[in-house]
Amino acid sequence: MEKQTPSTMDIVNRGLARRYRKEKQFKLLGLSAIIASLMFLVFLFGSIVANGWTAFRQGAIYLDITFDEQALQVENLRNANYGKLIKTSMAELFPDVSGRSQTRRLNKLVSSGAAFELQDMVLSDPGLIGTTKLVRLPVDDEVDMLLKGHISRDVPESERRISDEQIAWVDQLVEAGRLQLEFNTTFFTAGDSREPELSGIKGAIMGSMFTLLVTLALSFPIGVAAAVYLEEFAPSNKWTDFIEVNINNLAAVPSIVFGLLGLAVFLNFFGLPRSAPLVGGLVLTLMTLPTIIIASRASLKSVPPSIREAALGVGASKMQAITHHVLPLAMPGMMTGTIIGMAQALGETAPLLMIGMVAFIVDVPGSFTDPSTVLPVQIYLWADSPERAFVERTSAAIMVLLTFLICMNGVAVFLRKKFERRW
Amino acid sequence: MGMDTVLDMGDTFLTGKNTLGAIDSVVEEKVDREDRTTVGTQFVDDARMTCRDVNVFYGDKQAIRSVSIDVANNEVLAMIGPSGCGKSTFLRCLNRMNDTVDICRVKGEILLDGHDIYDKSVDVVPLRAQVGMVFQKPNPFPKSIYDNVAYGPKIHGIVNSKTELDGIVEDSLKKAGLWNEVSDRLDEPGTGLSGGQQQRLCIARAVAVRPEVILMDEPCSALDPIATATVEDLITELKEQYTIVIVTHNMQQAARISQRTAYFHLGDLVEVGATDRIFTNPLHQLTEDYITGRFG
Repeated sequence: MEKQTPSTMDIVNRGLARRYRKEKQFKLLGLSAIIASLMFLVFLFGSIVANGWTAFRQGAIYLDITFDEQALQVENLRNANYGKLIKTSMAELFPDVSGRSQTRRLNKLVSSGAAFELQDMVLSDPGLIGTTKLVRLPVDDEVDMLLKGHISRDVPESERRISDEQIAWVDQLVEAGRLQLEFNTTFFTAGDSREPELSGIKGAIMGSMFTLLVTLALSFPIGVAAAVYLEEFAPSNKWTDFIEVNINNLAAVPSIVFGLLGLAVFLNFFGLPRSAPLVGGLVLTLMTLPTIIIASRASLKSVPPSIREAALGVGASKMQAITHHVLPLAMPGMMTGTIIGMAQALGETAPLLMIGMVAFIVDVPGSFTDPSTVLPVQIYLWADSPERAFVERTSAAIMVLLTFLICMNGVAVFLRKKFERRW
Repeated sequence: MGMDTVLDMGDTFLTGKNTLGAIDSVVEEKVDREDRTTVGTQFVDDARMTCRDVNVFYGDKQAIRSVSIDVANNEVLAMIGPSGCGKSTFLRCLNRMNDTVDICRVKGEILLDGHDIYDKSVDVVPLRAQVGMVFQKPNPFPKSIYDNVAYGPKIHGIVNSKTELDGIVEDSLKKAGLWNEVSDRLDEPGTGLSGGQQQRLCIARAVAVRPEVILMDEPCSALDPIATATVEDLITELKEQYTIVIVTHNMQQAARISQRTAYFHLGDLVEVGATDRIFTNPLHQLTEDYITGRFG
């Protein structure tokens, strides 16, 4: 019998199931990759938020403070003993507390910064002297942790930093309605501090802002100008090739190297101030320039040559063709690149360590040359601190930083969508 | 020079001065395919542009070989030829658009009204205002219709007032036959128009600068037949005021709108002559091969 040769359709049909199976497998693989990365992301955000959200609330104690004339020594308000006012008020609340050490333990419930708050109040309003007023004061970070449940009452007394006696006082105060958790304004209005309850991120935010302003003011014009020159004017020879290769290489240089460069050039050679946002901005400019130049060149390249020809064809000079037509069309891409570069700069820590922006700075910077720190460095500093209260502050600062980054990326997307033109 | 001379001269055909339509009877013997000397009426008496011995190189590659041709005043000169024959390259030499290509070098002489446009002292900006250009693909700016047309006059400072500019825009759009369609929506984006309207907008944009010569690089290749017919009518009208050089792939189009036709073949200008004569009685074998559809 003659052997029957299978028709083409038979062969095709036979392989069909296998082909579809392969396709399905590939799809599943991609889907699982997406799910895995989403899970990592959720885990990351979840752990940060779970750790950090409590930092936005802060224990506050309400005390009846009598601004006693004698105690304050009215002629010298700056050096007056404000702590004494608090101690008097606490003693009135707990009349049975006696003895030096027990009184000291009681007074430890109130933050050591509370006296400074009273001083500020009196200095800004001397009319308070002689009156009695209900005043809201910060509590010590250990009390704060207890209120938030970060310190367990079940662990033996010797293993926690707050004693059973103190816990009893705290419970009494809570019952009396004098101690409660409130929105933590200090976190957004104060600079760094050794005391967790007095520390805030305003100093770091201002430092980041000044640094980024310097970076933006320098890197955007320089980056765009360099991109326009390289893309539109530069003759194509081995020099421009050399420059192009080097710009691409520069984008891959580890950022700490830029910090070393900043230390050597800006601080040691030019003698600019240490820890200043000005120098931080200069260093970050060096770091973001390659990103901006590469993004700007890509967006210039994507402008159709027909637009350039159209402009040249009606007699526009090269400059006019670029400024009137090419640049406006390339601008959304350039801005997107710049904002992404800025976001990179905002999250950068390493180069800033090299130029001294890692210092412990309490004051909120007010200018480009004031010593300051930036958000990621602040996070790094707090992560290094042993107090339990700094753990939640670390996470809270990360949340603030992430919010800034997401906002910046949102602005980038918005700008791209708004100014994108189709032809 | 008459018919007999042409035949007597054998392979070295007319390269001297001739008048339009001097050859009207059928030539039996065509110029051999290997001979690339230009035949026909390259030169005219009232030339607007004169090109002599123009060579164009892209790097080491020669794209145009020794082309000499005149463009007469108020004529439509069509340039035809197979793809890659250099007709667009040559067209772009006429307003120095090739300057934008780094590796492109142009040798020879191209005169506009007696002045060499490749002279070192010549500025390309006023040159391009004198010699306007319309491109193959409609390329309006992504701006309003009004701004598209007003752009040229604005940058050249032709106008002093808004009313004057309004006048130029209206006038140019009318010349481009677009006014009736867009007069009520001048602030809408030019990119929102149909392909044919966009191309007429580009013509209006070129006309708005009041050029003397308009170069058109296959202006209808991206258009449908109806839009093509509109643009062709427009070219015929524009001829009254402007000198037009048009590159086209479409031989019927060349036949319909041009007075003279130049046939390019692989970088050589093979034949120039009155359009009627070229299409009925080509002198060169290559021209005949092309117009009878043997290649291209």
